[in-house]
Amino acid sequence: MHNPLTILRRRLRGRDARTDGGATEDGESFLSRESVRSAPFWLPPALLIGVFVYGAIGWNVLLSLTDFTGLGTPDYGSLDFENYVVAFQGGTPSWSELTVDPIWNSLQNTVVLVVGFAAVCLVLGLLLAILVDQEIRFENTFRTIYLLPMSLSFVVTAKFWLYMYNPQTGLINIALGAFGFGPVEIVQNPDLKLAAIAFALVWQFSGYAMVVYLAGLRAIPDSHFEAARVDGASTVKMYWRVIIPQLRTATVSALVVLTVFALKAFDFLFSMYGYQPGPSADILATRMVREAYSNGNWAYGSAIAVVLFLMALAIVSPYIYSQYKRGAL
Amino acid sequence: MSFGTSTDEETETGTGYPLRRVVLYITLVAMGAFYLIPIETGVMTSLTSPGSYTGQFPYLPPLEPLLSGTGEFSLQPWQTAVDLLGQGLVNSVILVVPATILSGLLGSMAAYGLTTVSWRGQIAIYITFVAGIFIPYQAVLVPLTQFWYNVVPLRTAFQPVAYWVPFIQNYHWKLVALIVTHTAYGLPICTLLFRAHYKKLSDEMIEAARLDGASIYRIYRRIILPLSVPMFAVVFIYQFTQIWNDLLFALTIVQFGDASVVTQELVGLGVSQSGTNFPLRMAGALVAALPTLLVYVLFGEKFAKGVAA
Repeated sequence: MHNPLTILRRRLRGRDARTDGGATEDGESFLSRESVRSAPFWLPPALLIGVFVYGAIGWNVLLSLTDFTGLGTPDYGSLDFENYVVAFQGGTPSWSELTVDPIWNSLQNTVVLVVGFAAVCLVLGLLLAILVDQEIRFENTFRTIYLLPMSLSFVVTAKFWLYMYNPQTGLINIALGAFGFGPVEIVQNPDLKLAAIAFALVWQFSGYAMVVYLAGLRAIPDSHFEAARVDGASTVKMYWRVIIPQLRTATVSALVVLTVFALKAFDFLFSMYGYQPGPSADILATRMVREAYSNGNWAYGSAIAVVLFLMALAIVSPYIYSQYKRGAL
Repeated sequence: MSFGTSTDEETETGTGYPLRRVVLYITLVAMGAFYLIPIETGVMTSLTSPGSYTGQFPYLPPLEPLLSGTGEFSLQPWQTAVDLLGQGLVNSVILVVPATILSGLLGSMAAYGLTTVSWRGQIAIYITFVAGIFIPYQAVLVPLTQFWYNVVPLRTAFQPVAYWVPFIQNYHWKLVALIVTHTAYGLPICTLLFRAHYKKLSDEMIEAARLDGASIYRIYRRIILPLSVPMFAVVFIYQFTQIWNDLLFALTIVQFGDASVVTQELVGLGVSQSGTNFPLRMAGALVAALPTLLVYVLFGEKFAKGVAA
C-alpha cells in the first residue's frame, strides 16, 4: 500500500481518476500505457542503437580528449583539447616526438571530393532520368544496367577502376592511345588522383541519382508537362523552367545520401592506395583510420573522427529537421 | 509524358523512326556501355590464362589462335581466386546471414513499436534511429575496437563454445562481434523501411483486431508479420548487399587474420613481387561481387526500391 511506486502511479493518473469519479481506465496506468506495452518491440533495438551508435559517439568524444596512443589503455584522468589544437594548427603533441600535420589538407580534399562527386552525380542522374522518362522501350533493362554498379562493393569498384586506369593495360589509356595520346599515369598522378576517384564513384552512384530523380519526375502530374507544351515551350525550356524546379525535394534527398556515400568512400580509397593515398588524395576518413589503426594515435584519430562527424551532422540535421517539419518521418 | 513520340516528328521523317528517337536510344545505349564496360573488361580479362595475357585488348574475349594478342581462354584465374578467397567467402557467409536476419527482424519490431502502436514521444526515439543512418562510421571506430577487444570478454567467453560445438573455431568470436555491430548499424535503415511500409497499412484492420481483444503480440504475429513479407524481401536484399560489401568494420573489428571476410582478402589479391596478375585480380573481384550481383540481377526491382527509400 505504501509502496512508493504505487503512490507515484496514483499521482500520475490522479487527476483523471478523480474527475472520472469511478474506476480508472486501464489505458491510463503506467504498465498498460502503449509506450510500455510496446516496449518489448522497440526497446531492444533502441538499446542496441543507444549503446553501439550513441554510446560509441560519446565515448569517441571522450577518447579524443585523452592522450591515448599505442597498445596501452586510455587514461581518462587528464582530459584536454590538445588533439584539436594539433588537428587545426599542427605541431608536436605531448604524446608524440614527431611533428603532426594539421588536417586542413585532408579537409580540403574531402570537401572537393564530396562537392565534385555529388554535383556530377546529380547532373548525370537528372539527365539519365529525363532520358529514361521518354516512354522508352526496355525501360527496365536500361534502369537495371544504370543501377548495376551500385550493387558492387567499393573494394570491387576499386579493383575494376585500378585496371581501367592502368597506364599499360587500362582501357582509358588504350582509348587515349588510339587518338595518339601517350599513356598517362592516372592513379599515382597527384594532379589526377582526386578526379579519378570522383569519376569512379560517379560511375558507381549516378544510377542512384537517376532512380531518385525518376521517382520525382513520375510524381509530377502530366498536366504540367502538357500545359508547358500548349504554351509552346521548347523541351529544354520546359524542363528548365517548369520541371526541374519541382524536383527540389528529390535533389535534396539525393544530395544528402550521395554526400554520405562520399564520406564513406574510405573503403574505395583503401582498396586503391592502402593506408597511404598520398597528400593529394587523402580525405578525413582515410586520415582518421591511418592515424588510429596504422600509426596507433588513437586519441588523435578520434579527434579527426569528431570533426568528420560534425561535418556530417551539419549536412544531415537540417535535412532531418525539414523532413520532420514536413511530416515525412 | 511522351514528347519524343509526338506525331509531327513522325510525319516529318515518314519512316516511323524520328531522328530524335534514334538519338535518344543511341544515348541510352552509350550510357549503358559506360556502366557495363568496366565489368565487361573485368570478365574478359578474368577468363584469360595469366601466361598468355598481354593486356593489349583487355575488353576482347580471349580467343588467342583466332584473335592474336587477346590471350588464351582459361578458367584457371577463377579457380585460383576461389581457392584464395575461399576462407574469406565462408567467413562472409557466416557474417552476412545472421546479421541480415537479425537487423531485419529487429528493424521490423522497432518499426511496429514506433508506428503501429502509437504513443507520445515515439517520434523522438524514431528520429534518433533515423539519424543513425547518416553517421560516418569513423566516429565510432576506436570505441568499437576498444569495446570488442578490451571491454567485453567475448574472446574468453567464446573459448568453451568453440571447444564444445563442432565447426566453431576460436576466431569466430570476431565474427560474432562483427554480426552484433552490423546488426546495430543496419537497424536504422531497416526501421525506416519498415516504418514507411507500416504507415500505409490500414488502421481499421488493426483497430478491429484490438477491439476483438487481440494483444500487441498477437497483432504483430498474426497481422503485421504476414503483411511485412514483401518489405522483408526489400530489407534483406538491401542489408545483404550492404554487409557483404562492407570493408571498414571488418578491417577495424576483425582485422587481418583467420576471420577476415572476402572484401578484406580481395584488397591484396593478385599483387606480388613479380607485378600484378590482372586475370587473377579481376577473377577475384568478380568472385567477391558475384553474390551481390546475382541478388541484384534476380531481384533488381526490390533493390531499387530499397535504395530509393
